[in-house]
Amino acid sequence: MEKELKVAALRNGTVIDHIPADKLYKVVFMLHLDTCDNQITIGNNLESAKIGKKGIIKISGKVFAEDETNKIALIAPNAKINIIKDFQVIEKRPLSLPDEIHEIVQCNNPNCITNHQNIPTFFQVIKDENDTMLKCHYCERLIKLDEVKIK
Amino acid sequence: MSNRSLVSISDYNKEEILEILDAAADFEANPNRSTLKGKVIATLFFEPSTRTRLSFETAVLRLGGSVIGFSDAATSSSVKGETLNDTIRMVSCYADAIVMRHPFEGAARYAAEISPVPIINAGDGANQHPSQTLLDLYSILKTQGTLDNLKICVAGDLKYGRTVHSLIMAMSYFHPSFRFIAPEELKLNEEYRIFCLRNNIPFEETTELNENINDADILYMTRVQRERFQDLMEYERVKNVYTLKNSMLENTKPNLRILHPLPRVAEISPDVDKNEKAYYFQQAQNGLYIRQAIISKVLSI
Repeated sequence: MEKELKVAALRNGTVIDHIPADKLYKVVFMLHLDTCDNQITIGNNLESAKIGKKGIIKISGKVFAEDETNKIALIAPNAKINIIKDFQVIEKRPLSLPDEIHEIVQCNNPNCITNHQNIPTFFQVIKDENDTMLKCHYCERLIKLDEVKIK
Repeated sequence: MSNRSLVSISDYNKEEILEILDAAADFEANPNRSTLKGKVIATLFFEPSTRTRLSFETAVLRLGGSVIGFSDAATSSSVKGETLNDTIRMVSCYADAIVMRHPFEGAARYAAEISPVPIINAGDGANQHPSQTLLDLYSILKTQGTLDNLKICVAGDLKYGRTVHSLIMAMSYFHPSFRFIAPEELKLNEEYRIFCLRNNIPFEETTELNENINDADILYMTRVQRERFQDLMEYERVKNVYTLKNSMLENTKPNLRILHPLPRVAEISPDVDKNEKAYYFQQAQNGLYIRQAIISKVLSI
């Protein structure tokens, strides 16, 4: 009931729901919503049966490209993305980590060349049933998902 | 062209590793040739490493090639703030291949992406040093007659020691079993433990050198490198923990050989040198033949 109300409140745009409350602002900055001119509604610390406290972001008049929303999988893999048109959910977009991640992640290794010269970062996503990790293409360091630093 | 670069030991598959080892045996039989006549090889050492640089330069000179380069970033234009990108692009106008050592991890991979000529990584920070790994494999093959099914004890700095990391990756083709011997502060990184698990390589971990070497075919010792420590107090504390003495070799297997990438500090007592199981000086000499093989391969000669 509650969910229908929230979705219905947006005419056109994107709803990102079920973001863990402590990750909400990371998602905001990762999608550059802090400098976005569209109407944005942010709710946080809402009660959620699934994850305790959750955040929700509603961006009016904007449909993100899939490679944009897939970045969210880096920090909130269980978030739900709904694309809304004329008050209807026209797309429930599953989140899946891309095989490669360019630029948005900073290498955790302080001695990595990408932290010393102006070189775009590049990570391969190593998918494993237990433990998904990022591998820096340059210094070859493995980074666990919960240790990923977003630039 | 740059895909002929050798940045990481994982750039070579099993066949290519064996091809290099075969070629090295040829160069050992006949190290003086003129196959590099008219070729210029650059050795760019953004971080000093006299041993590695001399080995590469000798390899070039004994094949009739010429060498340009610098042995310390202080004598290069990087001290003026030139980016690695610009240095590599500039040098690749002059040289047929570039051998580089750099203090930052990933520098060689990046150089290989922008360079029109092959890059040979002679060490990028704590990451990779593939020519060292290949000469280690050549030394193991020469002393054991095989690379397969060996018991390899690795002792010392397993956290920062890149030679250890690359050795584990390269040996993974040959069904080894490892015993990792290190103080708690310097034990093997998790990523290489995961690598062993994923590749079904049996390994044990322990903190004592002593009798843990008695069943080994190869004992690979490494230096505890001061430059890898942020905290010098911690360095002082762990540096003398692992010293191999001649008396400790009494009950080891007759085919055991002791390898060390050199330079050593205190981790192998000088009284070990005269033991026939000490192989680290011959190991260094093997590096020359391996580097002749690598340079020839990247230039398709």
